[in-house]
Amino acid sequence: MPFIPHTDADVRTMLDAIGARRIDDLFDEIPAELKSGPLDGVPPAVNEMEISRVMHERAARDGMPLNFIGAGAYEHHIPAAVWAVTTRGEFYSAYTPYQAEASQGTLQLIYEYQTMMASLTGMEVSNASLYDGASALAEACLMAVRAHRKSNSARILLPATLNPTYRKVARAIAGMQEFTFDELPYDAATGRIRVDSLAAFEGQDVTALVIQQPNFFGVLEEVDELTRWARKNGTFIVAVVNPTSLALLKPPGKWGDGGVDIVCGEGQPLGVPLSSGGPYFGFMTTRMAHVRQMPGRIVGRTLDLDGRPGFTLTLQAREQHIRRSKATSNICTNQGLLVSAATIYLTLVGPAGLERVASASHERTQDLVRALTRIPGVRAKFSGPRFHEAVIALDRPAADILAALAERGIMGGLDLGTHYPELNEALLVCATETKTTADIDTYTNALADVLKSARAA
Amino acid sequence: MSKIPSDLKYTKSHEWVRALADGSVEIGITDHAQEALGDLVFVEVPEVGRKLAAGEACAVVESVKAASDVYSPLAGEVIEGNVDLAAAPELVNQDPYGNGWLLRFKPADKSGLAKLLDAAAYGKHLETEAH
Repeated sequence: MPFIPHTDADVRTMLDAIGARRIDDLFDEIPAELKSGPLDGVPPAVNEMEISRVMHERAARDGMPLNFIGAGAYEHHIPAAVWAVTTRGEFYSAYTPYQAEASQGTLQLIYEYQTMMASLTGMEVSNASLYDGASALAEACLMAVRAHRKSNSARILLPATLNPTYRKVARAIAGMQEFTFDELPYDAATGRIRVDSLAAFEGQDVTALVIQQPNFFGVLEEVDELTRWARKNGTFIVAVVNPTSLALLKPPGKWGDGGVDIVCGEGQPLGVPLSSGGPYFGFMTTRMAHVRQMPGRIVGRTLDLDGRPGFTLTLQAREQHIRRSKATSNICTNQGLLVSAATIYLTLVGPAGLERVASASHERTQDLVRALTRIPGVRAKFSGPRFHEAVIALDRPAADILAALAERGIMGGLDLGTHYPELNEALLVCATETKTTADIDTYTNALADVLKSARAA
Repeated sequence: MSKIPSDLKYTKSHEWVRALADGSVEIGITDHAQEALGDLVFVEVPEVGRKLAAGEACAVVESVKAASDVYSPLAGEVIEGNVDLAAAPELVNQDPYGNGWLLRFKPADKSGLAKLLDAAAYGKHLETEAH
């Protein structure tokens, strides 16, 4: 099926009707010097057969390693039914359901998704998704500055325990708007935000404090204390959370005494495969008081003329097709298919299933840390409580050890030196419910072996 | 024909201004503006203490079909926003020149008021816009 339904004859008829010679004539008013011309580095178009071959070859290059890396994307079991249902024709077009009369099924699915995300995070309202976790945080920073009308500083605190990639993306997207980002240091013993570092900002106009829970090191932050500080200081709180962990942890809507203002994060753990890094989807929830500042689509439940319940896009006056340059964001179609998968995943596993996934991941990670730290020269770097990731300190640079493990088909963790130069002898490891005792033994024996040969060398 | 009270001042962007006895001014949107927008569902008024430049967007009126900015006709500092509109935005539709006022502020320079349109000039402006 062609994706552009107009034939050359159709196009000719339309151009003749408006008196234009070529389609390019329609763009005449754009000054020539603003047109980019051909883009460098973009290869010519290929057909479906050719692209399919390229993608298979690239996927094969990833191999089937035994994976112990998390760091923002997590390998969970995805029941076969999730993608069998998601790829049905009824769901397979991710295009935005503007037309309520033709899109009740898609709209209902998004409404169910929003309900589940609001419930998981303990907030009042959810949007229909964003691109990914990192851009969701950038959008949350922009939203905080719009919504916090008593704050004029556009100053945001980004802790060093926040995913470094998220920090980069937030600076790239929001940094052009004269925001100030201040970094908060982490405690070298616990791996948490140093709560005492907030004293430097007390009484100052700080728009928002970002808290990642569990943080990038897998450690649980003192979220109640941090939230209370922010509340007292008139600072908004943006929570970045792992949705799986919320089956066990206190939802951000209940942190501190009154909960947080905006919650966002990466939706990939909910039924989306790792697939070499994407596509994933971001989520965002908030309080009703801030709903008009929230970016993205929102689906609402309503009654039709005959009083029957139905679903429709709502609060569209915030969006770019109505509010133009003043819109809360220019995000539109985004990640519909991945949201469908997440909704079906959550529906299949249910609250009890998600709790089992979270508990099993936590237990597997505890097993992994116990096993690895029995190796001489290997210890747990941080003392703070953890969910399903941990920082493991070695007695030599992690990069070489990881390379040796990769040769044995093991992805042994993330080299933290890439983002934290002082942690270049540390690994960030993760074990989810997908890892068996045998897998953990395989990794432990390989690491012991690799370290032994490294010492001998 | 929409109502245009003769004791108020107006802007071409359809705000009205009322000079109050204490030297402050009250601002709202005209009957014509509320009718063009349709039923309002949300009104955002500025924070007290906010300093506004003349022509700066100072409030948002949102109907089921559009969200529009309200522009401050004069420079000044906000002393009060109409808090009743949070629960009852329809006041702007029902009583645009009375209970549907949006904000009050202290103008930086009182002479600015004289430069705004009077009722007759605003009426003429509406007629030209209609053509």
